[in-house]
Amino acid sequence: MLKLKLKDDNMDSTEAVYNGLKDAGIDFIVSVPCVNLSRLLEMIDEDEDIIHVPVTREEEGIGLCAGAYLGGKKTAILMQNSGLGNSINALKSLTELYKFPLLMIMSHRGTEGENICGQVPMGESTPLILEAMGYNFFKPATPEGAYEAIRESWELSLEQGKPVSTLLEIKYW
Amino acid sequence: MKRRDALKKIIGLINDELIVCNIGFPSRELYDIYDRDETFYMIGSMGLASSIGLGLALSKPNRNVVVIDGDGALLMNMGSLVTINACKPRNLTWIVINNGAYGSTGNQETYAKDLNLSEIASSVGLKSYKFEEIDLEKIIKDDECNFVEFNCEPGNSKAPIIEMTPEFIKERFMRII
Repeated sequence: MLKLKLKDDNMDSTEAVYNGLKDAGIDFIVSVPCVNLSRLLEMIDEDEDIIHVPVTREEEGIGLCAGAYLGGKKTAILMQNSGLGNSINALKSLTELYKFPLLMIMSHRGTEGENICGQVPMGESTPLILEAMGYNFFKPATPEGAYEAIRESWELSLEQGKPVSTLLEIKYW
Repeated sequence: MKRRDALKKIIGLINDELIVCNIGFPSRELYDIYDRDETFYMIGSMGLASSIGLGLALSKPNRNVVVIDGDGALLMNMGSLVTINACKPRNLTWIVINNGAYGSTGNQETYAKDLNLSEIASSVGLKSYKFEEIDLEKIIKDDECNFVEFNCEPGNSKAPIIEMTPEFIKERFMRII
């Protein structure tokens, strides 16, 4: 089944992320929207096996994911990379402190092709911030790469006791 | 009445409910009064007790969840009021001890000192109560998502630092649920 998916040259960029989350066993997702995540958020909303909670601010979502993991769920946050800035303390003094696994799927704005100048400063700093935090991240260029990265991220996060991110740049979509 | 006595009253009415307790002196005092496996103590991330409680309540619909929060922490995460109201898990009771002060940092005043938090929660759509007007055990067991404001005076007791590691708190909690 995995091979079939990998051989599918036409794997859609959104479906690849969705399939990666499903095959990682993710069943609890919090989100703050990004235009590039629109279709993905719709698919997740329609999936009855996933609890999806839109939140007012990303930091709040980090709290929800910690609680959901305590309750036996496998958790992910979908957000723009700007949300990383809104979550840093919670990621350090909740997620990492207690060794909660967590997948972070970020629409990485401010990258090549960005037309909103306001996105650029945080976009440029996002990978550097993740490096400084000591968190692993993937920057897949293709849907196949994104599928693989996301599918493997839960186990990696569990092993490391830290969040693992996938950054999806503008050109990815 | 100060926070420690408020916590004593609350814990005296708790049976097998899962508790998420606010960071700092609230957790230290609760730990000192009565430690139990079903209590998750926060060691960091001020403001997120209600969010952790919401995630837990949604994931464990067959268990009652009680969040013990503070006014300063609520002010730091007011968005949680609307998210919890949108989700309204029927197994969640959110208690906010309002002593009008940032207790753990030296009792500096908070803006909640002159606010009616249960009225604010009610205006958002949550079933809201003042602690002295209710039977907490009944409220916890009913089929509603409830908000309870417990007004008291500022001040901390001489509660010790929690000796357990964060990882141990998490694992102990997860083992029993």
